[in-house]
Amino acid sequence: MLNVQVVSPESVSYTGEASMVIARTVEDGDIAFQPGHVQFIGTLAVWSVDVIKEGGERDTFAVHRGFVQVANDDVTILSDVSEPKDAIDVARAQIALDTADAALAADADDAAAAADKARAELRLRVAAGAE
Amino acid sequence: MPGGKERELKRRISSIQSTKKITRAMELIAATRVVKAMQRADAARPYAKHITSVIENLAAGGAEVNHPLLREVEDVKRVGFIVMAGDRGLAGAYNSNPIRAAERQLQAHRLEGKDYSLFCIGKKANAYFNFRRYRVDHVYTGFSDNPTYEDARQIAEDVADAFISGEIDEVELIFTEFISMGTQHVSVRRFLPLEGTAVLAEAGSGSAEAAASFEFEPSPEAVLESLLPRYVEARLFGALLECAASEHANRQRAMKSATDNADELITKLSRQMNSARQASITTEIMEIVSGAEALGSGDGESDTSAAIEMALTATATMEPGPYGAGSAAPLPDSSAPSPDFTIKGNADSMLYHRPDSRSYNVTKAEVWFDTPERAEAAGFTLANTHPSPES
Repeated sequence: MLNVQVVSPESVSYTGEASMVIARTVEDGDIAFQPGHVQFIGTLAVWSVDVIKEGGERDTFAVHRGFVQVANDDVTILSDVSEPKDAIDVARAQIALDTADAALAADADDAAAAADKARAELRLRVAAGAE
Repeated sequence: MPGGKERELKRRISSIQSTKKITRAMELIAATRVVKAMQRADAARPYAKHITSVIENLAAGGAEVNHPLLREVEDVKRVGFIVMAGDRGLAGAYNSNPIRAAERQLQAHRLEGKDYSLFCIGKKANAYFNFRRYRVDHVYTGFSDNPTYEDARQIAEDVADAFISGEIDEVELIFTEFISMGTQHVSVRRFLPLEGTAVLAEAGSGSAEAAASFEFEPSPEAVLESLLPRYVEARLFGALLECAASEHANRQRAMKSATDNADELITKLSRQMNSARQASITTEIMEIVSGAEALGSGDGESDTSAAIEMALTATATMEPGPYGAGSAAPLPDSSAPSPDFTIKGNADSMLYHRPDSRSYNVTKAEVWFDTPERAEAAGFTLANTHPSPES
């Protein structure tokens, strides 16, 4: 079993046991951790992290910025902006997406708007995946 | 008649009493907040701990020491100072201690010919340095007693920007360390440049050996590069949280001693007031006695003792209630000042209640009378809640 911790600067926001954790790192795409995984440190992409429990149940987080450290079956997600799927405000994410789209339409090179768009899309995707 | 001195003392006592109420309330509020602030500081520790351990592992994994936040400058031209104080006073020496430590530090660097740049956190720090005509480059206010991570990020970003752009070559952090409820002290630490990863690796050498076999994605350098700014934020956030806990602890202590002092002062003034009253009563008796003696001199002892008795009854009723003889103001809980007073008066309706009135118990006496006659003499009428005379 893996011991999973999602740690935010303010508190440990999630702890649980899991049989597998799926995350995405900045360059190399999706990576899945199972018990006995080699020690690993990676920078996470703006993407979701799936914690799959033994019974197949799944907790999903939208992680906008963070790191993952795996050592001795302890998986630690360090993130200052992460949201469990239940905490996502779909309406707000939709508005953020529309705003970002409008900004991108005006200026296709607007990096901040592109980042906003990516975040909003991630939120919507995680929230939708929940149902 | 109460003397002028007595009246003045009474006024001072009541003003001290209301001050005491405020300080006591502040003490209680600070006491609950300090507990919350401590919990927040504890809750934030895992993140800082994990980030540090990741950096140690990275260092052990051979990440290159080439990040701008690690840039050591030989010839330091300008030093940044992050001064953490509060937004509000009434917290003992909580604000002045770090401010003075920062000023000392600043002056020391100035003597060495270095320029300074101030990052003031809290209104008090800003006010102090502005008043003394220091140049304050960045001010952050409004969160000193309850900082969020967002606040820490904002500050860290400004500090890191100034450092990376070369505006400042070194940053010192001055804040109040929270050791325990009873002990907090000012701590001056080098904030930037960060100690090299070699130092970090050495500090964590215990776990570093086991960590040598880490895999990194994308690469140790890339992870370190994105991690260091987070590390700076987390350190700043930790300091902010400790400051918040220290502020509340200091405020609680300051307000506790203010409350104690108020108590002491009230006792002292009450004693003075009582002796002033005693003195004025004695004077009055002496005046009456000597007056009686002067009038009926020669008639012997009996007159004098009658005069003294007269004087005593006069002083006993010396403080008549608001409605003349036979009336009395209620005690603070609105009960009767003595068992002799049984009639309750309502000053708004000008009605009085005998104990057999149906609403006697629910009526809050604004004035007490000893007999119904006295109440009527004072202009009060019998309330119609009494059983009629026939029944």
